[in-house]
Amino acid sequence: MIQEKIYQDLLPQKFGRAGKIWVTVLVAICLVGAIAYYRQLKYGLSVTAMRDYVSWGIYISNFVFFVAISLVGSLITAVLQLTQVRWSTPLTRIAEIIAVSAIIFAALIIIVDMGRPDRFINVLIYGRIQSPILWDVIVITTYLVLGVLLLYIALLPDLAIIIKHKDKVEGWVFSIAKFLGSFWKGTPEQLRLKEKSITILTVTIIPVALAIHTVTSWLFAMTYRPGWDSTNFGAYFVSGAFLVGAAGVVVAMYIFRKFYSLQNYITNSHFNHMGKLVVMLALVYLYFNINEYLVPAFKMKKPEEQHLLGLFSGEFAPLFWLVVIMGMIVPIIIMLFPRGRKPLPMFIAGTLIVVGAWFKRFLIVTPTLLHPFLPMSNVPDSYLHYFPTWEEWAITAGSLAGALLIMTFLTRIFPIVPIEETIKGRMEEESVGTHQDYSEDWKTRQVITPKTHKV
Amino acid sequence: MESNSMSSSLNALPSRRRFLGEIFSGKENPFRAAADDTVVETGEMVQLLSVDGYVIEIDKAYLKPVPDLSAPLSINGREGIEGRRFVMVIDLSRCKNLKKCQSACNKMHFVGEGQNWIKVHAMKEAEHTAPYWQPTTCMHCDEPPCVKVCPVDATFKREDGIVLIDNERCIGCRFCMAACPYSTRVFNWSKPILPTEVENSTYSPETSCPPKIGTVGKCDFCPDMVRKGELPHCVSACPNGVFFFGDINEDSVTNGAETFRFHELVRDRAGFRLMEDLGTRPSVYYLPPVNRLFRFEEGLEDSEGNNK
Repeated sequence: MIQEKIYQDLLPQKFGRAGKIWVTVLVAICLVGAIAYYRQLKYGLSVTAMRDYVSWGIYISNFVFFVAISLVGSLITAVLQLTQVRWSTPLTRIAEIIAVSAIIFAALIIIVDMGRPDRFINVLIYGRIQSPILWDVIVITTYLVLGVLLLYIALLPDLAIIIKHKDKVEGWVFSIAKFLGSFWKGTPEQLRLKEKSITILTVTIIPVALAIHTVTSWLFAMTYRPGWDSTNFGAYFVSGAFLVGAAGVVVAMYIFRKFYSLQNYITNSHFNHMGKLVVMLALVYLYFNINEYLVPAFKMKKPEEQHLLGLFSGEFAPLFWLVVIMGMIVPIIIMLFPRGRKPLPMFIAGTLIVVGAWFKRFLIVTPTLLHPFLPMSNVPDSYLHYFPTWEEWAITAGSLAGALLIMTFLTRIFPIVPIEETIKGRMEEESVGTHQDYSEDWKTRQVITPKTHKV
Repeated sequence: MESNSMSSSLNALPSRRRFLGEIFSGKENPFRAAADDTVVETGEMVQLLSVDGYVIEIDKAYLKPVPDLSAPLSINGREGIEGRRFVMVIDLSRCKNLKKCQSACNKMHFVGEGQNWIKVHAMKEAEHTAPYWQPTTCMHCDEPPCVKVCPVDATFKREDGIVLIDNERCIGCRFCMAACPYSTRVFNWSKPILPTEVENSTYSPETSCPPKIGTVGKCDFCPDMVRKGELPHCVSACPNGVFFFGDINEDSVTNGAETFRFHELVRDRAGFRLMEDLGTRPSVYYLPPVNRLFRFEEGLEDSEGNNK
């Protein structure tokens, strides 16, 4: 029976050898990061390479990266579901898990960047609502809550399935499922409530998602500095965020599909669709980049000049062009062609985008700080450049590893591909007699089964 | 302590001005009135310089030591000195990059190694114009970008115009540093190395002392000195009288030796403020580098051996 096969394939699976190595490596990276953070707590931010001019370094660019990648939860789950794009259903959980783990580490890394983490509570006691930081605190917590709820509520039927298949999962996975979802009986009333809450959540998460990254861009755009003082920044950041998030999903799809043998569920057709989506997002992002750099470069106002020349032909030029070419143009070229939208090329293109996006955030944060309005006078030489110390690299790597660890853990205890949704989808297909494999053209299929959307 | 110096009289509290005014108006000798009957004249005379440049001579016995007021703990550092509006005028025609302002400031505020609250920039407007030296302090803006972005109200604008930092509240996010277009702020990246007595002293935003790890620092216009009726350290340290400090409500600024009507000075000498177009409305005015006292190159010699 198909259903049994689906259970077999999609219920949480034990780690293989590769899984164990993967977790060990991640834990090791996290530990090194923890040691580095201990040193930072002990000696202060002086263990970093940040100084009075470059007062924000890779912690902040890493924070922006995390916020950016977390936006994908709202894109795949909310935007695509609300617009009745049904091929994305098997990808929703991956997207939500990426969103939740990334936003958790966005919040953590901002605490790491604080000179006085012991005074974090001051933000609540003395919080000034006029400060963009407060806006960021508010929208990020809201987004985290919405993201967790969306993940959790959509998970309930699958938790019931795990509970029902006690013999097929380990005891502790069963216990977690039981703890989280034993109240779910799938009664009509529960189903009605679930559908309703998911609709409310998917609608509300879109403005909140736009807000988290717009507000994050405002941390920069609300200042006078060349390179940040831009009205383009909100849209520029949001479009970049959708791109890196979607690329992150592509990378995750490839890895999960390979290591959990999900070829029947995450199909070539999914890569094809995601490829088209990512190309579109990359083109939109390229468009905003052109706006961001060409408009001031055409005028070359004095304060902008040093900053722009630093990027185009100066100190940061190699990284800048590498990011533009490898992080945007090459992936676009790969994915424009049907042959490039196969799993492996998509994985490569996705990785290029994600890595490029991380360095892109660095290029947004640091070069600006090295080109202040007044000359950098009367300071030691170490203030005039920025290259992160090992502590900064270790903490940053630790945060990335930590986010991956949360993703790994969540996909270890929960089904990566929503089981209940998959079964429903397959049964619908059978009842209307369509082909079992996900067809290339989801639009046609939608006409055949004009049912209300589901998540 | 030499806290009874009169050099800073114009910044003194109003009562003090009145008091000094009485001395030189030839009325009753206030020294005599203030001294109680047991004072016996020693016959040893001391010379004092009056605000309007007269040298007067009085008996030493009438000099009463004024206790050095340490950090005004009873005063709320957030509210400012009532009725005052502090302003600074920096005369670019007199600066030769001596950096006496800087070293005095750093010493008095225990500014970290390699860091400076006052920076002296070598500036040049355009290709064919002459270079000049430009000291920059905190601009104490009336629309301070740093205050706007602070998430916890740790940096604030007082009613007397001074922008201060509460280092017992600062969370070290450094948003103010990113926001300040004048790059005036420094950060205590590591634990400040301080003499024991400074380390154990009670913190006040007015003294900015003792500085604390993980928090921001910057020029504070020395409000503790101002409360005592004295000039900020940079003003009194500069041998060329580059810095004028005063009160816009009193319409007077002084560098210790010379005193001007503020509005006349900035009007007649074409005063300006830095980055006026940003709308930050600084409290620090500059006088253009015309009719200079020194050649720019002299400043280059002075900077050698100094900060590199």
